[in-house]
Amino acid sequence: MGFYFAQLLTGLANASSLFLIASGLSIIFGVTRIVNFAHGSFYMLGAYLAYTLVTLWSGSVLGFWGGVVLAALVVGLIGLVVELTILRRIYHAPELFQLVATFGVVLIVQDAALAIWGAEDLLGPRAPGLDRAVRILGEPIPEYDLALIAIGPAVLAGIWLLFHKTRWGVLVRAATQDREMVGALGINQAWLFSAAFVLGSALAGLGGALQIPREAVSLQMDLSIIGEAFVVVVIGGMGSVSGAFVAAVLISVLNSFAILIFPQISIVLPFIVMAIVLIFRPYGILGKPGSEAGAPEAPEAPLTLMSPKAMMVMCAGLMALALSPLFTAEFTSVLLVDVMVATLFAVSLHFMMGIGGMVSFGHAAYFGVGAYAAALAVKFLGFGMLPAMAFGPLCAALAALFFGWFSVRLSGVYLAMLTLAAAQILWGVTFQWQDFTGGDDGILGVWPPGWASSDRVYFYIAFVLCVGGIWVMRRIAYSPFGYVLRGVRDSQTRAEAIGVDTRFHQWMGFVIAGAFAGLAGVVFAFSKGSVFPDSLGIALSIDGLIMVLLGGIHALAGPILGASAFVLIEDWVTRLDYWRFIFGTIILVVVLVAPDGIAGGIQRLWRIIKRGAA
Amino acid sequence: MTVIRRAVLGAIAALPMIGLMPKAGQAADPIILGEVNSYTRLPAFTEPYKKGWELAVEQINAAGGIDGRPLEVISRDDTGDPATAIRIAEELVSKDGAVLIFGTFLSNIGLAVADFAKQKEVLFLASEPLSDAIVWSKGNKYTYRLRPSTHMQAAMLAEQAAKLDAVKWATVAPNYAYGQDAVKAFKSELTRLRPDVEFVEEQWPPVFKIDAGSTVRALEASKPDAIFNVTFGGDLAKFVREGSLRFLFEDRDVASLLTGEPEYLLPLGDETPEGWIVTGYPPADIDTPAHNAFAEAYEARFGEIPKTGSIVGYNSILAIAAALEKAGSTDTDALLAAMEGLNVDSSPTGPFTFRAADHQSTMGAYVGRTGLVDGVPSMVDWSYADGADYLPSEADAAALRPAE
Repeated sequence: MGFYFAQLLTGLANASSLFLIASGLSIIFGVTRIVNFAHGSFYMLGAYLAYTLVTLWSGSVLGFWGGVVLAALVVGLIGLVVELTILRRIYHAPELFQLVATFGVVLIVQDAALAIWGAEDLLGPRAPGLDRAVRILGEPIPEYDLALIAIGPAVLAGIWLLFHKTRWGVLVRAATQDREMVGALGINQAWLFSAAFVLGSALAGLGGALQIPREAVSLQMDLSIIGEAFVVVVIGGMGSVSGAFVAAVLISVLNSFAILIFPQISIVLPFIVMAIVLIFRPYGILGKPGSEAGAPEAPEAPLTLMSPKAMMVMCAGLMALALSPLFTAEFTSVLLVDVMVATLFAVSLHFMMGIGGMVSFGHAAYFGVGAYAAALAVKFLGFGMLPAMAFGPLCAALAALFFGWFSVRLSGVYLAMLTLAAAQILWGVTFQWQDFTGGDDGILGVWPPGWASSDRVYFYIAFVLCVGGIWVMRRIAYSPFGYVLRGVRDSQTRAEAIGVDTRFHQWMGFVIAGAFAGLAGVVFAFSKGSVFPDSLGIALSIDGLIMVLLGGIHALAGPILGASAFVLIEDWVTRLDYWRFIFGTIILVVVLVAPDGIAGGIQRLWRIIKRGAA
Repeated sequence: MTVIRRAVLGAIAALPMIGLMPKAGQAADPIILGEVNSYTRLPAFTEPYKKGWELAVEQINAAGGIDGRPLEVISRDDTGDPATAIRIAEELVSKDGAVLIFGTFLSNIGLAVADFAKQKEVLFLASEPLSDAIVWSKGNKYTYRLRPSTHMQAAMLAEQAAKLDAVKWATVAPNYAYGQDAVKAFKSELTRLRPDVEFVEEQWPPVFKIDAGSTVRALEASKPDAIFNVTFGGDLAKFVREGSLRFLFEDRDVASLLTGEPEYLLPLGDETPEGWIVTGYPPADIDTPAHNAFAEAYEARFGEIPKTGSIVGYNSILAIAAALEKAGSTDTDALLAAMEGLNVDSSPTGPFTFRAADHQSTMGAYVGRTGLVDGVPSMVDWSYADGADYLPSEADAAALRPAE
């Protein structure tokens, strides 16, 4: 009995830690609608700052708690700077575009922390006065865990009072429900947004600072927490702080008992819980309908066919690409294959997000399924390269058929998070099922046969498949099916009113996007000769998202420009020291200069030039 | 028709670019070595490693290089992604003219580059990855490995663990190939030496995401006599802290893989547990002429004491230089012939050999116990375990490899 009670307390202490970071994320999303990837970075900064302050004032109780609070305040200040200098300028950009900027901040913070605090993990002191364990029912429980169990609900109560008993809080809640209306009533939205962002960042900093007595401060802290924090926010319901608390308790307590029975489950447990919750409660446990997306955007202008001039430019580009192996070094072909694979992947994601209006945070799942299906077909079924290349996209389409059926029942961020859960579950299975998938040692020896093994021949295979795939998706976008899909995106109600089966169209759009992501996956697998679980991972999904958003979601050329720029810049910049800082800065500059993406920026530039010429 | 005409015109506009034919490559004077590692993903380990090979390259070049040609290392960051590592390896070989590739830390990247080396027929010296698969189940003709493998280090610990009275063992290891290999090797070696032991509990926390409190409690619940630990880095610090808070290590023996390496031991500070049996590297206490010379040069150059990564980086270059000298050429076939049974007669950790049968070096590790010496986390009662003693015989090892 005592044992299980102690296990429960351990779970509750973890829940408090998780809640602190998730509550900030939830507040920021609720008010500003920003999907803040940098939240993990604020958490890490909080931990590093607290480490520095607490070691500086070591020993005293006041020094410890003073250091923790001061660290949280400093992180709040950093959040203010980020909000004022970057985010404030891009609130009117297309939905989700702000997450590109926060991704840039993540990269910059990683290198800044490395430069300031060094590579080695830092183990801070334990909390003075709370550095022992007490026996409860005969089991040792760390005193600090008990303190955390108290801090979590205390912060929840504080936030509740702030939101319900102060004018500011009432305004924040009003803004969470209807930003336009709050603005129309004469409230200064900019100030409200800044304050919410500061509060959210400070909570992340506090969460990080309070980890000092429990773990070593390390450069992995940011990415190791962010996924779970999002999961908690979504399970609880976006924007609902008390929902986040319930979700944090649910996940942490489940985990602390699950590892007694099935220790391997930890890898995917949060994502399984999220998938189950979202299937039964599409808005999370305490979320409300409408919490999934921002104010409706003005519908996009319809897609027009390419002008003859644009066609000319495109053909010149294609021809140059087709001829490139003749006049460039062999390695350039290898790099260009990577660019084409990324482009096909980004175009397939854009098909889903831009044309279909369904955001995906887990698109790598279908890329990875394609790659793995091809590799497994070669390994176990003895397929040749070409049959395997046909088999991969087929399997990806089947996976998309299955997960898509669940996903299209949701919308907005909830849909995106369910795709993420699907991707993470697939990743977990691939990672764990060593006998079949090779686990994280992957599958090796998936090389093209002799006739295709030269880099140049493979370049042309990739060229045909990738350019062909992109062309087919363009055709679909202009087909009646594509028009219906865009109609559903712009107004689901009207599309339904004229007799369109909206869900079925979205489902099929999902499957098409999945199949072409799978095609990108097989081209990738044979170009690298090996497949690893990374090809299903969150990092690749996020890269795809950044490519699409950075390129410009409202243009068909967007993902092509975004993917090419992303891969080429990354290939160049990783040669430099502190390349993440430089890469992050480049991303921020692009974001600020072209809030409508690279494609939008080029269009504006073109109009200015034309006007100047006229 | 205009559309088609314009499309064709646009396409023709690209034709003049054919004039930009590539220039034939020139034989450069220095010998180019390609190097790839996870510099941004795992800086704590790869920074000392980089300093190690930099020092060796500087020393060799100062002494006149190899046959009068200086060594030049082109070093790149693989960003922790196997696909990127392969692209970089391709660039190093086909564009930069590297005669061989060395480096990598993560096992999956090591395996990916090894497979690339086999496909592109280029020598690859896997410096740091520990995975047994690199030289055994997925070994190939072109790949050699320097650092003592998971199996070797687990066997070193099992040898010490067999001397203990402990019968009931529990294991805790990160849930990926490295952790799984380590537990498997430790179990089989310990059971071979001590048929009476039993394993009563396994915990598999996700790597870098350990829920330390719950894991400690689950281990405690099985009431083991001793614990075999494979967690490292941030997970290790959390595990040690939560474990000592909850008295997990009271009256229990712990055998812990790699924990004696300064990269993992130093961050534990004054919470370093006493008396754990560990593999690692005690840089300040090794008193051999070769190590003293290395340590002094390293401290003079970088102002800090060397770490495990430094030794691995330094020995990598020593091995490559020895291979180049023996081959007398930078041709891959000559280098492969030279690597078979290559002897490195003098290194800071003593002489080692690359076994012809399985391409594993016999570089060893230091086995000892953890302790605080003057408040500094250290290894005490250590001895050097020669890698050759912890490897299967060459005939057995060759049988583990796929047929070429």
